[in-house]
Amino acid sequence: MSMLKITNENYEAMVEQAKQPVLVEFWAPWCTYCRRIAGVVAKLPDAYEGRAAVGQVNIDEEPELARKFGVDTIPTLLLMKDGQPGAPLVAPGSKADIDAWMEAQSV
Amino acid sequence: MKKQYDMLVIGGGPGGYTAALYGARAGLSVLVIEKLSAGGQMATTEQVDNYPGFDEGIDGFELGERMQRAAERFGAESLNATVTAVRLDGAVKRVETDEGALEGSTLVIATGASPRELGLPEERALRSRGMAYCAACDGMFYKDKTVVVVGGGNTAVGDALLLAKLCRKVYLVHRRDALRASRIYDKALREAENLEMVWNSRVTALLHDERVTGVRLENVKTGETSEIACDGVFAAVGRVPDTALFTGQLALDAQGYIEADETTKTSVPGVFAVGDVRSKPVRQIVTAASDGAVAAFFAEQYLAEQQD
Repeated sequence: MSMLKITNENYEAMVEQAKQPVLVEFWAPWCTYCRRIAGVVAKLPDAYEGRAAVGQVNIDEEPELARKFGVDTIPTLLLMKDGQPGAPLVAPGSKADIDAWMEAQSV
Repeated sequence: MKKQYDMLVIGGGPGGYTAALYGARAGLSVLVIEKLSAGGQMATTEQVDNYPGFDEGIDGFELGERMQRAAERFGAESLNATVTAVRLDGAVKRVETDEGALEGSTLVIATGASPRELGLPEERALRSRGMAYCAACDGMFYKDKTVVVVGGGNTAVGDALLLAKLCRKVYLVHRRDALRASRIYDKALREAENLEMVWNSRVTALLHDERVTGVRLENVKTGETSEIACDGVFAAVGRVPDTALFTGQLALDAQGYIEADETTKTSVPGVFAVGDVRSKPVRQIVTAASDGAVAAFFAEQYLAEQQD
């Protein structure tokens, strides 16, 4: 599986109408902590293959999406099920943190 | 048969990768276990100006990657994994991770430290709603807004000055009547017109609806309470060492740092502590790197003694 690039235009098709949950990372190029977790985030599409799709929202390019979900700290991860977000995960410290958060949401 | 490394390193910051560089150059087999990316705390600093050799400074993330590549050039390996448990007694040090179990003849602990929380109710719940710990990371969200910075050391003052360039108004709340920060900031503090000092005060509550809307303060001298309306709160009240894995197996000091002197030797033979996680007076990139070199030297000596 590859990483989805989620935009305001494709959001409905990629997230709201998705057959499976979608893990969305809100990030920006200037966010230093986003860089730190980039290597871990890049592994997620393969790690969750068949269980969840994984995509990224660049908040500089898509401020509407950041506003829509009240994201004002990055990196923030949201798991979207039928277009509805669960509890946010902010600045995870490891892949294990992300795995535990996904498990808590039954993925 | 499972490979037993001469040296396992937990943590890929400057201490960890310098230990790996020196260990690998001394011919030891070395594996560095890192949960995120190389560099540790400095990886979120865009401009490092106090690590020698970089006359125009260097991006901390890039410095971390360079330290990793330098160690790997001499054969050190890296594993992206989270350590879940360790067993330090016995000649073989065992490290359990979410990517499997590992064994080493020596262990270098370079797990570093993390920002300290203010300890307020709902602080964690408000973390994505106005409560922040890294001005360089999240400052842009508060452009033209009002923020409160809590703390009185170099990090707090550096954060307050950075935010003063972006925000409409910055309050720096400190529980004493003088800063602990270095005097090099004095001039910049005087010149930042939208930066206001709030002395002798501590934050007792976060005011909020869905987001932070302000802070409640208590004057520690008079007991008076007051409130400041703000859009964000940046905590800069020090760090806590990441030593939970080692409680009960290694001697820790009262603050939770691993007890080790300048040799980096811990209370368990063959186990070394380097960088911010060690009890030490000066925590800098260069002193963490220095610890790494020292730990590799004594690890090599320990391995030689085991063979006698």
